[in-house]
Amino acid sequence: MNFANLIRIALIALQRNKLRAFLTMLGIIIGVAAVITMMSIGEGSKQSIQQTFSSMGSNMITVMPYSNMAMPGGVRLGASSVQTLTISDVEKIRQEVTDISALSPGVSSNGQAIKGANNWPTNIQGVSPDYLQIRKLSVREGSNLTEEHVRTSAKVCVLGQTVVDNLFTNGEDPIGQIIRFGNIPFQVIGVLQPKGQNTFGQDQDDIIVAPYTAVMKRVLATIYLQNIYASATTEAVSEQATEDIIRVLRENHRLREGQENDFDVRTQEELISMLSSTSGMMTTLLTAVAGISLVIGGIGIMNIMYVSVTERTREIGLRMSLGAKGRDILLQFLTEAVMISITGGVIGVVLGISASFGIGSLLSWPTILSQTSMLISFFVCAFTGMFFGYYPAVKASKLDPIEALRYE
Amino acid sequence: MTKDHIIDIQELAREFIVGAQTVRALKGVSFSVSPGEFLTIMGSSGSGKSTLLNILGCLDKPTSGTYFIDGVDVRKRDRNELATIRNQKIGFVFQAYNLLPRTSAVENVELPLLYRPGLGHRERRERAMHALEQVKLADRFDHTPSQLSGGQQQRVAIARALVNEPVMILADEATGNLDTRTSYEIMTLMQELNQQQQKTIVFVTHEPDIAAFSGRTLMLRDGRVLRDGPNETVRSAKEMLESLPPADDY
Repeated sequence: MNFANLIRIALIALQRNKLRAFLTMLGIIIGVAAVITMMSIGEGSKQSIQQTFSSMGSNMITVMPYSNMAMPGGVRLGASSVQTLTISDVEKIRQEVTDISALSPGVSSNGQAIKGANNWPTNIQGVSPDYLQIRKLSVREGSNLTEEHVRTSAKVCVLGQTVVDNLFTNGEDPIGQIIRFGNIPFQVIGVLQPKGQNTFGQDQDDIIVAPYTAVMKRVLATIYLQNIYASATTEAVSEQATEDIIRVLRENHRLREGQENDFDVRTQEELISMLSSTSGMMTTLLTAVAGISLVIGGIGIMNIMYVSVTERTREIGLRMSLGAKGRDILLQFLTEAVMISITGGVIGVVLGISASFGIGSLLSWPTILSQTSMLISFFVCAFTGMFFGYYPAVKASKLDPIEALRYE
Repeated sequence: MTKDHIIDIQELAREFIVGAQTVRALKGVSFSVSPGEFLTIMGSSGSGKSTLLNILGCLDKPTSGTYFIDGVDVRKRDRNELATIRNQKIGFVFQAYNLLPRTSAVENVELPLLYRPGLGHRERRERAMHALEQVKLADRFDHTPSQLSGGQQQRVAIARALVNEPVMILADEATGNLDTRTSYEIMTLMQELNQQQQKTIVFVTHEPDIAAFSGRTLMLRDGRVLRDGPNETVRSAKEMLESLPPADDY
């Protein structure tokens, strides 16, 4: 029996009982729609987490001093108190690591910013002009720091919006004004584009950016760096860049083989992968729940096919007496089951797509439809139909035509 | 075996094992059927009639003895080959019509063709319509069984039996569910198929007046052939039908 005939026979048989065919499909429809909706919600939240990090500079590489050495008495020191990173490290990295597009030393200090009668506790970042690019910051008004400012340890700064709001309460133009950080006067040369809070609730606009030379000499009076910031050319090469940085720093610090690093290199990658693994777990969980409903749908098919075989015993006997082979009967019932599940699958996919659009626009949750989830659930459907239709179909094909014809 | 006979049966026996007992339903039956013959097989219940019918229809295989249909030895064939023989050599007509419900007459007639490879949709439809014309129901091709009378349903079933051009039509109590008038109509059709188109018909029944329409009667009793011979007077179903009083309209 050829394929077109099979489809024809199955279609005619299904048409005889449309309502039942639809009710059988319902389990599959709900299952598939649930899988697709859940996966699109999961995928959406995963991507929105990644976007948040990407806006923070997802290819950012941070080097921090690190030491396992303890002070006498066993007290270990925080990263900022350990003095291992120097300007020469930055120079080495600039010369030897090729996969980075921006590089900046970093020192920072907390303190009080003062302007006239107003003051505000904030953080000053001593960096190079590249810093804005690394942190995906941009200047809204005025200008960024320049290499000239760094070379001359110029007392200039770029203010974040929060600092501007708190120091210039009358709405005057901050550009060109002098503010003080502690006792040190800085001239404002620019204002940053507001960025708002990051995912951890930190205000990214509460910042003063100044040349690292000025901060090191005039604020901190130190020759050591607290951080080195770098930006990998692309996220893909950030791992390679990290390895290179580690190699260069170990050379520069003259660390022997087996000796522990006296610094710590971190990428955002790790943070992203941690957070997306959390949301990946959620996706898996949701999909598992939806998958269970798909299995239940499959059992529904099996149940109905089983009843259908019993109910149609005489029909099976008749078909056999008219020349249907056991295989023809098997294929007929299998085709019916697969057609039910595939039709249900298609309806489910359509329903799932509209549901995830609905959720996306009504609840404004991020949802992303992936073709993979649609393809997977479609094939799972076809497989479900085949798997759960097989046993009833085998039962039908093994019937004795004489008894089947006489069945009441 | 000669191919002159559509059916050739020698010393056919069929035994069933029921629990510890062996039931011998057929105890050595021999007969043959020539092309164009109209044979009635009669017998009371328990005579082995149904068992013989199942074997004739290739739904069952004999325990011993030989059965040739159109020169093919049935005993040596497996389940699938028997299905092919049923499809191409035998046209079944059942007592209960056995039409698929909610399926049009023409689709019911097409059913055997679906299990025959190498036929296109259009050719199937043409052959099914031709078969419906033979039973004079071509104008009802799109009616479902529930829209047809009992006699019409049986005629659709006969069309289904004819559609594959089998060597033999095997009818099992084909008039058992019908009233006298409709029975005569069906027998008229059978006689026409036999006389005008030389179709070989084997008709199983327990009604003697139906047997009288055929050319030959084979009587079974207790699994053996009691009597086998030509009918002295073959009645014409058409004349019988005309002699009936006109149908009363209640």
